Amino acid sequence: MLTIKDLKASVEEKQILNGLNFEVKPGEVHAIMGPNGSGKSTLASVLAGREEYEVTGGEVIFNGEDLLEMSPEDRARAGVFLAFQYPVEIPGVSNANFLKTAVNEVRKSKGLEALDSKQFLKIMQEKMKLVEMDKAMTQRSVNEGFSGGEKKRNEIFQMAMLEPSLAILDETDSGLDIDALRIVANGVNALRDGKRSFIVITHYQRLLDYIVPDFVHVLYKGRIVKSGTKELALELEEKGYDWIKEEVDATLNA
Amino acid sequence: MSTLQETKNKILTSTVFENWVNASPRVNAFADTIKDAAQAFTAQGIPTTKHEEWKYTNVTKLATTDFQISANNNTLKKVDVKEMKVTADAVIVVLENGVFNKEASSLEALPKGIHIGSIHDMLDNAAVKKHFLQHADYKTEPFVALNTATFSDAVCIIADANVEMETPIHLMMVNTCDELSAYIPVRILVVADKNASIHVVETFESFSHTNSIFVNAVSEVVLAENAKVNYVKMQDDPGNTTHINYHRVAMARDSYQHLTTLSLGRGLIRNNLNIRLGDVNGTAYLNGLTVARSKQTVDHHTAVDHAMPHCYSSELYKNLIDDQAQGVFNGKIFVRKDAQKTNAFQSNKNLLLSDDATMNAKPQLEIFADDVKCSHGATTGQLDDESLFYLRARGIGEDAARALLNHAFAAEVMEGIAHEGVKEKMLELLNEKLK
Amino acid sequence: MSDDLKILDDVANSEYKWGFVSNIESDNAPKGLNEDIVRFISAKKNEPEWLLEYRLKAFRHWQTMTEPVWPNVTYPKVDFQDIIYYSAPKPKVQLDSLDDLDPEIKATFDKLGISLEEQKRLANVAVDAVIDSVSVKTTFRETLLEKGIIFSSFSEAVHEHPELVKKYLGSVVPYTDNFYAALNAAVFSDGSFCYIPKGVRCPMELSTYFRINSAGTGQFERTLIIADEGSYVSYLEGCTAPMRDENQLHAAVVEIVSHAEAQVKYSTVQNWYPGDKDGKGGIFNFVTKRGICLGYKSKISWTQVETGSAVTWKYPSVILKGDNSVGEFYSVAVTNNMQQADTGTKMIHIGKNTSSTIISKGISGGRSHNSYRGLVKINKSADNARNFSQCDSLLLGDQCGAHTFPYLEVSNKTAKVEHEATTSKVGEDQIFYCNQRGISTEDAVGLIVNGYCKEVFNQLPMEFAVEAQKLLAISLEGSVG
Repeated sequence: MLTIKDLKASVEEKQILNGLNFEVKPGEVHAIMGPNGSGKSTLASVLAGREEYEVTGGEVIFNGEDLLEMSPEDRARAGVFLAFQYPVEIPGVSNANFLKTAVNEVRKSKGLEALDSKQFLKIMQEKMKLVEMDKAMTQRSVNEGFSGGEKKRNEIFQMAMLEPSLAILDETDSGLDIDALRIVANGVNALRDGKRSFIVITHYQRLLDYIVPDFVHVLYKGRIVKSGTKELALELEEKGYDWIKEEVDATLNA
Repeated sequence: MSTLQETKNKILTSTVFENWVNASPRVNAFADTIKDAAQAFTAQGIPTTKHEEWKYTNVTKLATTDFQISANNNTLKKVDVKEMKVTADAVIVVLENGVFNKEASSLEALPKGIHIGSIHDMLDNAAVKKHFLQHADYKTEPFVALNTATFSDAVCIIADANVEMETPIHLMMVNTCDELSAYIPVRILVVADKNASIHVVETFESFSHTNSIFVNAVSEVVLAENAKVNYVKMQDDPGNTTHINYHRVAMARDSYQHLTTLSLGRGLIRNNLNIRLGDVNGTAYLNGLTVARSKQTVDHHTAVDHAMPHCYSSELYKNLIDDQAQGVFNGKIFVRKDAQKTNAFQSNKNLLLSDDATMNAKPQLEIFADDVKCSHGATTGQLDDESLFYLRARGIGEDAARALLNHAFAAEVMEGIAHEGVKEKMLELLNEKLK
Repeated sequence: MSDDLKILDDVANSEYKWGFVSNIESDNAPKGLNEDIVRFISAKKNEPEWLLEYRLKAFRHWQTMTEPVWPNVTYPKVDFQDIIYYSAPKPKVQLDSLDDLDPEIKATFDKLGISLEEQKRLANVAVDAVIDSVSVKTTFRETLLEKGIIFSSFSEAVHEHPELVKKYLGSVVPYTDNFYAALNAAVFSDGSFCYIPKGVRCPMELSTYFRINSAGTGQFERTLIIADEGSYVSYLEGCTAPMRDENQLHAAVVEIVSHAEAQVKYSTVQNWYPGDKDGKGGIFNFVTKRGICLGYKSKISWTQVETGSAVTWKYPSVILKGDNSVGEFYSVAVTNNMQQADTGTKMIHIGKNTSSTIISKGISGGRSHNSYRGLVKINKSADNARNFSQCDSLLLGDQCGAHTFPYLEVSNKTAKVEHEATTSKVGEDQIFYCNQRGISTEDAVGLIVNGYCKEVFNQLPMEFAVEAQKLLAISLEGSVG
């Protein structure tokens, strides 16, 4: 589904990704961990097409298409969803209106008819249950005045509405208390259907207790330096990153 | 009775003026500017309330009063001003009726790289040559024009590159005139060269009990790259004084200026502050406080001009208006086309303390760049009943409670004063005023 | 960002859609202005002597005045002798019913999206349509009359209800008020008149559509609305004009009188031709709108969506004279290309416990300039007066300007006056967020801008709000998005 080959990217002239290789097959959940500044959020931003990030080498193939050639909205329409680390506030635009516009744009690109208000409302009500969201939240302006937990829940709710084939969760767990974390994780798990793939970027192993990954990768200095299964995450939790850093730096210096 | 227009002509031809021009041939460097300014004043005249910038502040009386330039300039001795010092260690620079009084000043222990003196003694200084009379705009400001055409002395403070001086420089403006109606032009130049850092305090006080005094002060402050100037203006003129003050700051890249204006005097006060952020990454703070009583008008006009990108400005003005007094605040923020990434904020809060008090506020944003963050807020009201009640419920008498709340309201402005000693002295003065 | 540039480019290329000229025969006065023209207009309308006298007094006063220069706008000087002050569509027959309306006029209104027939049948909106200053048709009159509501052209009101017109004309905006108000008082040709009797709640929206059609003309209509004690009316005003290379002058006067416990809601969607992208042509919109809350608990609410005109100079105001009276001003002003707008409001608090709210949203694109100018005046008598003002500016390019000039004059210590203003641009992060959800940049800007204006759109009657949103989209077409 997603193949990343030798991806290099920089922001403000500073090289962050240094030849990253990575493959995601349908239905897989990949966790990406790594110390601060290793390039985790850069990877998410590059995949979603944020303009400040300049791709300086490599390729990203998504379902047979060159993802890097596509505009951010076309990537979204093709099924790439990014749950933002810092969801953006849009004053005066209700969540419902925002999502209806988005859902119908995505449908249009697939040649489907736009949903009318009634159909949309019905789907929305179903999906709201997934993240235990109450109705009032859909009438509030997008993310405006939302607490940290509400914002993250809203991201997962949007994901449920847009039904992407690949969801990238960029530190969706950071700043959440354990209840909110559980809600968010339940939402994600409900959307695991064996076909939809996830890239879960996180700092903390505890998220992976709730969202159990198929693979865990460690990102350091802009490339994946270690891959394993969920046990790797536990090991990292216990031992920190220093041992990996030492290993990598030793190889680099050798 | 002669008008100020005539007075000005009289002043221009008076011996005071001519003596000064003739005193030093080197002053010829400025002769053209002075002549030009005289013409500019004639063209503009004294503004009336039809002039948008003078809508709320009526100064037309100035045009019909027979002002004389004061003749006593050297009556004060060190001992006379000792009590007025802003801090015990401050460098004291006395301007008596606008004229430098060396006798009363204490400039003996100036650090290396700090130069202070009368313009007459500093004409050879390169910074003086470059900046004197060059920044305040007399073409559009009638009182700058009048000042430029009529000043007889000026004080220059020059801080050389890399000099950092923690001790405050106290510019003490003292009036001792005994003319029935006295006109006092005051002229200041402050230059902080690259990386220099200084504290300046201006105070305006008076020992004079004449009929009326017209103080017309112009300060020009120039900051070179990365220079830092902390400036306090404390205006405590008595009720017989009309005080018009123009303060211009020209800022180079990475420079920082903090300006606090405390208008605590009893006469008509009008401040025109004009800050130009002329290059990138400048930071400007403007704080102001008014305590107005009786029938006085206190008017603050500020203009912050963002000409280049990545600059920051913040303004906080508070007005306490009592009796039949009138407070005026006009705060302009300009963000020019090139000034992207500007952050400019302004806050104006006013308390009306009596039934007859008036506050006229006109915050004003003019934005020509698109990637900016600007905001202003203005509120006018009275003391919060709930807070008052809370204090009284804790056993504090109503008057004391009011004084406490007024003080708390005003103190926020003082908080910004960087020099602890100066801040302490200013708070002390404020306490007296609020009693 | 290249997207932004593209957007701006697209905006600049979007075109005015109401720029057609209708081929209607009209009856014009000769160009220029003098006492004879004033008499000509008055005679044409068969006016009583007192009204002619009023016009002449206004004209004589106007001659002593000079054009105001304080607004933050620049435009070529108007040659007041080069304007046709009276232009009326020639009626082919006496109008007895809608069917007798000149088919061209009917077609014009159809093009504007105002089908008089449709309106009558479906929307339950009474319409007074004014072309080139003359009222051509008022619908629903009979239904309204049953309730005692008078809704007619100004000229008809002069003949049918002279006592009301005489009593209220110039009572809120005297001809001495300002240059354009004086000019209007001298030469106004028609307009709408509306009277809601005591205790009556007007059962439908009243609406006036203004259209400048003829070349070389100015439009000087006059609207007078009187809401008697305890009544309620919601009034809508819409305007368009053909595309012409010349500038045309629109100098209207609107007066509203709201008696005790009466409420008047006045909504405007102003879409006069703004000129082309280089600033050629377009309407000069110099309008005086003012209401007075005369009695206890009177209320006047202005809502405006301004997207048109080359130059706008307009400050719908409320004099809060009655105790506990309420004034509101909600405004969205969009300027694009070379447009200039200097608009805002005045809230004059005189009565006790009066309150006013000002919400102003400016949006500037292209090389336009958008200024908010507002006065909040709390008189000494206005105990416990309250005002809240919020003025936000949104910038859509780096060649436009946004300016705010609030004047806050407070002479009563029990007053509470709060003013907030912000200036910002559409955030790149907001656009990217929308993009990531599959929404194109153009739609995203539309969404964000509409969200930004929501507080004002919420104040508009339903059908008008939809129209306003469409208008906003078209005004910023392509651009934003």
